[in-house]
Order: sequence, then C-alpha cells, then structure tokens
Amino acid sequence: MGEGASDPLLRVEGVSKHYGGVRALEDVRFSCRAGSIHALLGENGAGKSTFIKILSGVVQPERGRIVLGGMPVSFPTPAAAAEAGISCIFQELSLLPDLTVADNINIADPLRRLGLIDRTQERRRAEQMLARVGGEDIHPAAPVGQLPLSRQQLVEIAKALARRPKVLILDEATSALTAADVAKVFTLLKQLRTEGMAIVYISHRMHEIAELADECTVFRNGRYIETFAAGTRSDDAIVEMMIGREYSSAFPPLGGTRREGTPALAVRNLSWAGELNDISLEVHPGEVVGLGGLDGQGQRQFLLALFGALIGVEGTIEVAGRPAKIGSPRQAKSPQLGLALIPEDRKNEGLMLPMTVRENLSFAALETLSRFGRIDRKAEAEQLDALVRQLAIKSDGLDGPVAALSGGNQQKVVIGKWLMTRPRIVLLNDPTRGIDVGTKQEIYLLLRRLAQQGTAVLFYSTDYDELIGCCDRVAIFYDGTISRMLQGAELTERNLVGAALNLSSAGERPASNAA
Amino acid sequence: MTVGGARDRNWRYRLAAQRGALAAAAIFAIMFAVYGAAQPTGLSSDVVNTAANKGALLALVAMAQTVPVLTGGLDLSVGMIFMLTNCLASVIVTGSPVMTILGIAGVLAAGLACGLVNGLIVVYGRLQPLIATLATSAIYFGIALALRPQPGGDVNGDFADLMTRSTYGVPSSVVLIVAAVVLIWMPYRNSTLGRAAYAVGSSEQAAYMSGVPIARAKLCAYTLAGLFAAVGGLLLTCLTYSGEARAALGGDYTLNSIAALVIGGTSLFGGSGGVVGSVFGAFVMRTVGDLLVVFNINPVLQPLFVGVVLLFAVSLGSLRLLRVRNKLDLYR
Amino acid sequence: MLRSLPKIDVATLIAFGCIVLLLLLGGVAKPGFLSVDYLGQQLQVAAFLGVIATGEMIVILMGQIDLSIPWTIGIGGMMATGASGILGTALGVPLAVPFGILCGALIGVVNGWGVAYLRAPSMIFTLGMNAVAQGLMVYHTGGFAPQDRATSLMIELASGQWIPGFSNPLLVWIALGALTVYILTRTVFGRQIYAIGNRERAVFLSGVDSRRVTLIAFAFSGACAAAGGVLLAGWANRSYQAMGDPYLLPTIAAIVLGGTNVLGGRGTYLGTVAGVILITLLQSILSVLQPQDYFASMGIKLPADVFRQVVFGLVIIVMMMLYGREKAMR
Repeated sequence: MGEGASDPLLRVEGVSKHYGGVRALEDVRFSCRAGSIHALLGENGAGKSTFIKILSGVVQPERGRIVLGGMPVSFPTPAAAAEAGISCIFQELSLLPDLTVADNINIADPLRRLGLIDRTQERRRAEQMLARVGGEDIHPAAPVGQLPLSRQQLVEIAKALARRPKVLILDEATSALTAADVAKVFTLLKQLRTEGMAIVYISHRMHEIAELADECTVFRNGRYIETFAAGTRSDDAIVEMMIGREYSSAFPPLGGTRREGTPALAVRNLSWAGELNDISLEVHPGEVVGLGGLDGQGQRQFLLALFGALIGVEGTIEVAGRPAKIGSPRQAKSPQLGLALIPEDRKNEGLMLPMTVRENLSFAALETLSRFGRIDRKAEAEQLDALVRQLAIKSDGLDGPVAALSGGNQQKVVIGKWLMTRPRIVLLNDPTRGIDVGTKQEIYLLLRRLAQQGTAVLFYSTDYDELIGCCDRVAIFYDGTISRMLQGAELTERNLVGAALNLSSAGERPASNAA
Repeated sequence: MTVGGARDRNWRYRLAAQRGALAAAAIFAIMFAVYGAAQPTGLSSDVVNTAANKGALLALVAMAQTVPVLTGGLDLSVGMIFMLTNCLASVIVTGSPVMTILGIAGVLAAGLACGLVNGLIVVYGRLQPLIATLATSAIYFGIALALRPQPGGDVNGDFADLMTRSTYGVPSSVVLIVAAVVLIWMPYRNSTLGRAAYAVGSSEQAAYMSGVPIARAKLCAYTLAGLFAAVGGLLLTCLTYSGEARAALGGDYTLNSIAALVIGGTSLFGGSGGVVGSVFGAFVMRTVGDLLVVFNINPVLQPLFVGVVLLFAVSLGSLRLLRVRNKLDLYR
Repeated sequence: MLRSLPKIDVATLIAFGCIVLLLLLGGVAKPGFLSVDYLGQQLQVAAFLGVIATGEMIVILMGQIDLSIPWTIGIGGMMATGASGILGTALGVPLAVPFGILCGALIGVVNGWGVAYLRAPSMIFTLGMNAVAQGLMVYHTGGFAPQDRATSLMIELASGQWIPGFSNPLLVWIALGALTVYILTRTVFGRQIYAIGNRERAVFLSGVDSRRVTLIAFAFSGACAAAGGVLLAGWANRSYQAMGDPYLLPTIAAIVLGGTNVLGGRGTYLGTVAGVILITLLQSILSVLQPQDYFASMGIKLPADVFRQVVFGLVIIVMMMLYGREKAMR
C-alpha cells in the first residue's frame, strides 16, 4: 500500500443488508485512506449501490460497523452522513429541478443570517464551488432543471464539495460529462487527493480507473472479493474477478459487410430543430451500424426522430425502399414499418416498474396477441415462456414485479418486449449503460444473432470497445450531423476518438452517406 | 462574464420565476379596470372596498392551499378550516377588547391545530394528502356544524368594523393580505423550511438524498395552511357578523382555491409558484362574478363563466405545447 | 395486479372484514338490520354509488381524477327527464335514458380531450368542466327547479325488480361491474389503463396511443356518472338541482377504501365494490344508531350530520392507516 500508511480514514467491516430474501450485501469490508482515490468495482447487482447508500445514510445496514476517523459511526439519515463529513455524488442526481443552482448547492448546509437564508453568502459559495469544478459558465440563479445534463452533473459535484467533506464518493459521476469536463474533474479529484480527502470512485470505465485510482476493491454478488493496488492486475483479470468466471474480452464475430440490395432504412437530408443537420445514412438488413461521437451530438435525438417521437423532422426516410412518414411510435411500430426502439432510460421509458414481467414483456405486441381487444392468454404465455428462455431472463417468475429484477435483466425485458413485435429495424439508445459485464456479453450476442436473421440494427453507444467489437460500420456524429463513417480496418479507437473530436487528417473528405 | 452581465441575467432569471404571478396580476388589473369603468360612480371607495373584501376571503383560502401544494401535496380541507374558524369566531370573538383579542388568538390557534393535524396525518400517518385531507375536511365540517348547528352568533363590532372598512380609500382587507404576505409568507419563503418545501415538491427523493428536513417542511406547510385559512375565517365573521356551517360553501372555497392557485401560476405538481400569484388568481376569479353583474348576465350563470375562465386559463398553459419539438416532453 | 383469477389483495380483504363488522354492529343495534329485505335495500342504495364509482375508478387507475362527477350526474338526470322537451315526445320518452347517458359521455369526451390532448392537469380541467356543466344546467332550467318528470322506464330502472329478489339498480350495477372486470382483466384496453397509470412515457414509447385510451376512459366516467344521475332521477321521480353534489366525496372514498391507489396503476374492481358497500353500510348504521339522541339526553343539542361527517372522516383515516400508507423513504 502507500508509504507511511496511516490508519484508514474510513473503515467498514462486516456490513450486511438484505432486501426481502435477496442478499444485497453479505459481510463486506472496505477501507479507504485519507489522501487517496479508491476505486470500487463490480457488476450491477454486486452491491456497490447498496454499499454507498449505506455509507451516505440513505439506507441502513442490518449488521456491521462503520468507523470514520477512528470513531464508530452510524447514519440514520443522509443528513447525518453529511454532517459526519461523507458526501456522495449519486448516479441518479440528487438535484431539485425547480430550484436554482445556488439553492441546490447550498441546500444541504444552508447559510443563515438572522434566522433566514443569507442569499448573498450562499451565492458566493455557489460561485466558488462552481469555479472549483470548472463550471464557471453556469449561472447560480439558473433553474437547474433547464441545464443540460452535463452541466447538471457539474452542479451535483459542486454541491457535494460545498460541505467540504472528508470522504467523497462518486457513483458514475462522469457519465454525462464532455471529455473536457471530465479532464477538469479529474484534475480536481487529484487536487482533492493531495489535500487529504478520501475519495471512493465507482465507474465502469476502465481507463478512468487506470488514470485515477490508487487502490481497487472488487465486490461480487454482494460479497467482498479483493483489494489490490492499481495497476497490479490486468483488465481481463479484473473482469474475471467481477464476473467470477473465465472471461474473454472478445466480441462475437462480425458477419462481414453485406450491403447489397434495398436498404432496410434509408435516411436522406434529415434535419430537426437545429439539433440535427442534414443527416444521410443507409442501413441494410443484417447490418449492425453504430452511432459514435461525443455525447450530446444528436445521436439520441436521431434515434427518436426515426421512431416518430419528434415533431418537425425534415428530410426523407425510406423503409424497405418505400418512403415513410413516421409520425408517432405507434406508426413506427406498425408491421409495414417494423421499427423498434430500446430507449435511453429503462426505468422511466422502457418499463412500467410496478407491473409484472409478463405484462411488460407483452405490452408492445398486445395487439398481435389479441382479437377484438381480448387478450389471448394462452398464446401470450407460450410466446413469453419461449422468449424468457431465449433471453435467459433471471427473475422470480413471470408474475413478479419487474422492479425486483437487476438492471441487466430489466434491460433484457425491454429488449424482449420489442423482439415480440418481430421488428425489421431495431434502434438502441445506449443499451448497455450501467449494465454488468455478463449481461453486456449476452446483449452483444443477441444483436449479432438478430443481424444474422436479417434485422437491421442501429445502435448508439458511448463505449468505444462496443462500437468496434459489435458494429460493421460506425457513423460518427458531430454537431448534429455525421462527420465521418468508419468501417473495416479504419474502425479503431484512435480513429473513433479523432473523428469524435472532429479532427480530420490529410486528404479526408467530410462524411456523406457511406456509399 | 462581466459583473453587469451577471446582474442582468440575474434579473432575467428572477423575472422568469415570477412569470405566473405577473400574468395573473395583469389579467386582474385589466378585469378590474373594466369593472371599475362600468360602475356608475367609477372606482369609488365603496366599490373598491366591497370587491376587496370579497376577494380577500378567497385570496386567504388560496394562500392556504398554496403552501401544501408547493410540497407536492394538496389540502382539500382548507375550505372547511375556513368554515370551522368562522363558526368558532362567531362564538368566541366577542365581548370586551381583552376577550376579543383572546378570541382571535383562539381562532388562529384552532386553525394552526387543524393544519397541524393534517400535517401529522400526511407525514407520520403517511397517507396520501388527497385522502387524508378529504377525511379531515369531513371531520372539520362536523366540528363546525357542532359549533353552529344554525347560522348565528356575533362578533365584536369594533373589530369587525376595523377589518372591513377602508381608510383613506385603502381597504383593511387589502392591508390584511399584504400583512399576511409580508409578515408570514416572505419570512417563510426565505427560511430553510420554506425552501425545503419547494425542494420536497420539486423532487422528494432528491430532497431526501440531499438531507432536506422533509418531515418538518411538510408539517410546517400544512400548519401554515391552517393559519391562513383561519385568518380567512376571521375575516368572514367580520363581514357577515355570524358563523354558518354550510357544506357547499366550504367545498366551493376549497375547489375555487385550487383554481385560483392554478391561475396564479403555481404548479399542481409542486416545486414552483407562490402565494402572491394565488392572491391575484383569487381576485381574478372573484372579479369574473362582478363583471357578470356589470354586463347584466344572470348571476346564477356565474359558475359557467368561472368554469370557462378556468378552462381558458388551463388551455393557455397548453399553448406551450405548440412549441414542443420532442413528444417525450409531453409524457411524465 | 392482474392475474388469471381475480386475486384478493390485503386492502379488499380488510374492506370486506369491515363490512362484516358493520353488519354485526347493525344487527345488534337494530332488529331487522340483517334481514334479507333490509340488506337488499342497502344493496339497492349502494348500487347508485357503485355505478358512479365504476367510471371514476377507471380514471383514477390511469393516474387522473374526475371532479366533474357532481354536475355530470346532474346532466344525466336533467337531460333524461328533459329529453321529451328537447327531442320531442315521440323520441324523448323511449330515448330518455340513452340521451341522458350520452350527454354525460359528451362531458367526459371534453374532459378526456382536455387531459389527453391539451395535457391539462385533470384536477383543474374537470373542476372547470363541473362548473361549466353546472352553468349549462342552470341555463337550461332558467335557475328554477326542473319541472320535468322521469319517464316510466327510468322509474322502473330505479325502483323495480325485474328479477325477483334483485332490485334493478343492483342489476345495472352487476352488469356494469361484470363488463368492467372483463375490460380490466382481459382486454388490451384494461392493460393499457394500468400501464398509463404506472408510467405513461413508457406506454408512449411502446407505440401505444395513450391519448385515445385516456379520452375513452373519461368518456366512460362521464357516462357512468350520468347513468347514476338517470337512476337518481328515476328514484326521485324527477331531477333536482345539485343532485350530484353529495356523491363526489363518497365516490372517491369508496374507491380509495377499496385499495385503489389514488396516484394510479394499482387497484381491483372487487375492492371498489367492497368500498362502495362499506360506505353505504356506514351511512346506514349512522342513521340507525342516532348518536345525536344520546348527546341530546345529556343536554347537548347536535345535528345528526355532525356524527355522520366526523365518523366518515375518522373511518377513512383509520382504514387507510391499515392499508393505504405510503412506503417510508428509506
């Protein structure tokens, strides 16, 4: 470990937490020294979220001890944890959309004068914190809900720092940030480390962990597995620790580009609301086309436009050679068009959480399972059983609420829902975000199988490895348009990054429809 | 950005936040001007006084409704607290000045107590506000009826006169509203509990994770609602010199308070809006009735016009939909 | 939750348990309370509330609320009794009932359009429509009590007994209830209602037109309320001003006491049936027990209504504490 290793600032021992019959955490331990960055690794369902919820007082452990600065502590509420000096930046932001940036930053620790809120002081503190995290362009009086997601994430970080915590926990805190923001945040974290803060960092991005972490701890299935110094294990070894079985980082083999015949989907000169500009693209049956580029360049909106969720879309779209006007998701889903969209936010856009797995799975295809409005239960059950087996959805039975499933299995339900409509074209909006490695593999296999069966797949991802491993071609988005098309030997991480940043090398032509 | 530039942006943000209240104020101003112009004597002191007194009643109940709505809740019992305190006042706000003052204190305390009970049931009972306040509204009506089985009672004449007259053309009821806003609302708005109320309405989950005192914020909100309703009940007693427990009246005030709040720009989902907008919203609703008399429309048709005004106000909100580019914004 | 068999959940069980309690209490307090005749009467009274609550339940399941019930009931009653004046005697008499219900459905369509297409908050929009409906009816009657009489069919429907032992309103309720259970548990529409109450955004992105479903649900609610008004007018032999006002709170209370979540997405029709019967029995018990006499003997004169109201409120609070509590934050 480090030289002159002092007692760890934060020490956790024997912590357990169960939800009903499900073991979220079993006898885990963890320790983090002041002035260090400690990465916490594990799949979804490994217990990381529950662990940090316990540390930040959102949830209570059934057993175990937390020792902070040598003193045993317990946190019955988030306020208590914050009081003790633990600040957490959550994956689901803890921001209040109707309140201003300054209100949000100060709300956990208000500054008062004569019993009332001292708005001048609070504003000053907000400006200081924003400057610290590199968000000088954010106005303290702006309502947080109106800011783009990347700015919101910076406000969340500023808010966590406002209390000058001793321990800072970051849970996927950089997922929505631009590359420039991320660089600034990393500099800040390293600075905080020098100042003696203990930082717990959770991320699925290996390169971030490689850059930041001093130590790493792996959880698996709610149990503590191992702690090791950063850099002393290979990526593959780490992943094996996380999923507990032999892991090869290979993706399923590509099918080779088959681009003859009528495209399943042909887009020409598509524009929308100034955010999408003159996009042209073709996807053939059996192709997996990726959308790459930095976050926020229009990829998500493009998929929504194709699915009929946007108003005022200009340009032409042809499905299976015929011009199509896609005015709503209902139209998009119709058998003539056969589109499917796996949306960005599975909990709020893909599923009805309190309803059963069965009800969710059959929801998009109910019309085909019914006659004169009456649902054919037998047909439904047969198709669902087959589907659940095909997708290996792990759940407590089809009639349990889908909310009880892990993130990966929930995503499988969303995908399964759309497979039931037998789509011709499948659109996916960052489908593996926040999903454990094991399920990711299954999804890659599934996409490849779909392509082999002749489905056209169009898929936006923020993960370069995924784009390279899964896609026949990748369209890089920049500023609402496709700046470059990469395929074959060109499809490397270096080129992906370069194209994302819109760096052109000599002799490059700006991208048009990849013909 | 330059200091001047930042200050400009600041004002623009603050203005944007008050959009609803300003719109309601503007609508009220126009309507009242029309009303005043149509009066044979113009905007005389008497005309203003009568309008102010009627409007202030609903304004106070609307203020009461606003605070729990800010937390994302609802109070269906404000109309009944209004009636209960009216009946109570007709019993105890009488007699010598000392007795009167004690009576006033008692009435306000009763309002606070009713509000507190609502808050306790919602916070610690963890019942949905709609249901909890529906139930308590029945209970409060029962108590009001027990206090005044028949309309009647009395109130200290000097006090009533003070509350309902105009001094130099300024109606006391307007002074009362302004006092309520300045002395109760504004300190609350700028306190941690007041901001906490907005936070809870904006996102209760995020507020919890941010360590906001949710229970205290909600309790305070419902209790404050009871206080505002009690002030309204007092004013009603001063106006009618009696107490009356009529279910339809209480129900009307409750539902109209919700309408006033919406016209005034407060969101029914919580997290945005404020009491000032609701005051103007209430006056807009009352002026509709007055305008009907001016234009010689059968006053019995008042509900029709109030309903149309309400539907119109709500539909104005829907104009925003025309600018929607992403249909996902339409669905929760 | 939807199952292949109607599953009874905790809330419904507790509601039925309370019904049994009330029956015992009533049996003790008044001889003849547990007689078939008296219970039959209770069911008949409950049927009026039951018909109205059916429509409202669907709307609440979607996460909305219909506050235009009071005057939609009025419209149903007044348009049915006034049908001959509007459609002429030849059409007016036979078509009185469907005409009344249709007018209610029209109010519901406007409600549904405002909520689904204008995206207006249902609480406010239906509130406004209630006032508009009131205004229209006042205009129609000129502000006076309506003079029209109920048709003989209406009277039959409200007070007759086509099947011996079952009052007609009860039959109407049973038929409507059976239809509703079928819709909720076996049809695409029913699933969509629950789904919208849970997460409308996911419904939209699943390619379902939630707006149409919402519109139809509100139309149904308006029709049910109007049907209740038709029955009420038949019972009283005429329609009268503000005939629907006493029904709003008991309707919502019955639905909620039956275990339906007021925010939508959860609830069974069986629960609503229990809630309706519970509320009806409660009101009957209170009029049987005459608590105000007991207080009068002590010298305190209180109207009977005081007890009705206070007990009503307390019962709701106590029962909701048993099964209507929200989950704690952590």
